[in-house]
Amino acid sequence: MSKAEPAAPGEFSRPYRDYLKRERRSRLAVRGSQAGLLVVFLILWEVLPRAHIVNPLFTSYPSALIPTFIELLKEGPQQRSILAHTASTVFATVVGFTLAMALGTLIAAALWYWRMLYRILDPYLVVANAMPKTAFVPIFYIWLGATLSIYGMSLAISLFITILIIYNGFQEIDPNKIKLAQTFGASRAQIFSKVIFPGSFPTLFAALKVNVGLSLVGVVVGELQSASIGLGYLIQYGSQVFKLNIVMTAISILAIVSVVLYAMIYLLEAAVTRRR
Amino acid sequence: MPPAPGGVTPKLELRGVNLRYFSPAGETEALFDISLSIGPGEFVGIIGQSGCGKSTLLSLISGILKPTDGAVLVDGRPVTRPGRAVGYMLQQDFLFEWRTILENAILGAEIQKADIAAARERAAQLLAKYGLAAFLDHRPRELSGGMRQRVALARTLCTNPDVVLLDEPFSALDSQTRLALADEVYDILRRENKTVVLVTHDIAEAVSMSDRVIVLSRRPGRVKSEHPIRFSAPGGVRPAPFEARSAPEFNAYFNRLWRELEVHVEG
Repeated sequence: MSKAEPAAPGEFSRPYRDYLKRERRSRLAVRGSQAGLLVVFLILWEVLPRAHIVNPLFTSYPSALIPTFIELLKEGPQQRSILAHTASTVFATVVGFTLAMALGTLIAAALWYWRMLYRILDPYLVVANAMPKTAFVPIFYIWLGATLSIYGMSLAISLFITILIIYNGFQEIDPNKIKLAQTFGASRAQIFSKVIFPGSFPTLFAALKVNVGLSLVGVVVGELQSASIGLGYLIQYGSQVFKLNIVMTAISILAIVSVVLYAMIYLLEAAVTRRR
Repeated sequence: MPPAPGGVTPKLELRGVNLRYFSPAGETEALFDISLSIGPGEFVGIIGQSGCGKSTLLSLISGILKPTDGAVLVDGRPVTRPGRAVGYMLQQDFLFEWRTILENAILGAEIQKADIAAARERAAQLLAKYGLAAFLDHRPRELSGGMRQRVALARTLCTNPDVVLLDEPFSALDSQTRLALADEVYDILRRENKTVVLVTHDIAEAVSMSDRVIVLSRRPGRVKSEHPIRFSAPGGVRPAPFEARSAPEFNAYFNRLWRELEVHVEG
């Protein structure tokens, strides 16, 4: 029996308030469910091993990881705190995706500038991207040594997909915007700097998001093989001495690291988008 | 060459221009033997059915495309690449969403490496004249279609070209905005004494704005006929486009061009 009434000035109408309420409720439902899933996962992980439904030796459980973490904080394998191991992995990841972004953008720009180059290299890029790069881990170790092979693997995993994503982004710029620049007599370099590149910011962020995850994969895989520091090394070490607590602690930290890196990019993107 | 109307040196001339497109699938003849002569300050409308090469003709005049045969001359000099003498306004505004309104308006000056400070000043003046003074630092998405098209006009005129090419500049707008903006653009271009080539498929638009209407045939586009447009205006002043639509001569011109275009509705 509600009657539509004109809203008083400076005040939301009743149907609009109802709409806002519904919106807020559905947003809360999504957030609540997301938190709920995490809690359910943690509870199962805690309860199932403790009830010996799964073997705790294989999975460990969250409450057991906290003492392990505190112990590793003081001193972990190689006489280093787990923070040093984390820092090493994060640093290598940041180097990896920064390099992949810089090189990827540069190479994509070159491919855009010299169309012939793209036509020649296209099949090789596609194959290089599809290759299982992890197959090169032992070779990279021989070629590049313990430390550089980690950066190498990080770059190898993330570079080709970065090139392809960014190049495709360049291709998707409205050709009419290019024509517009041409009406003023723009050179190809000017078309790139005035139209293609600034128009591709959303693509660059999309590439960066993919990149961060892949760089982390590359670093951890590299560390599994060759490092004496890093979370990948901790995982390798923990499994060799069958201390699953160490392995699970390292994996949990990796999960947190990827969330933090992703959140940072998300915030950066929001800041840049607001400014533009 | 026939002398331009009024016997003055033509501002813009096309001499036996042919254009053919090549693709692996074959060869397409887009324009055939186009010869035109347009005097300084003249407003010429070009009409023809879609696909007849109207827009291509503008790309040729601007120097984005090169003719397969023949020559395009501005001020008697052949056009080989886009230059400052010719401004080209496209069908839509294509404003860059990452630039502010003012930054969009000075794009041409930036590309032509002109004095940026002077360009900013001129662009700000033009935008103020078009009622956009309050929007200089806004983003394109905050503007209506008509406002955006005015920004596009400011962008075209900011580099101060003598010749302005309009490629269906109002086609993306709703009909009220279209009529109002046509009057405005017409007034601005006349006042600045620009030589204008307007391409459109809208007969009424062409008649209401042009001194002369050229009809292109179906592909390959060639000049089918030319029609000087005169309105017996009080005081010898040509009526503004909106007024011209209700002038006594308007319907006769419209009907003649309609027959020339041989519009057939398919199906």
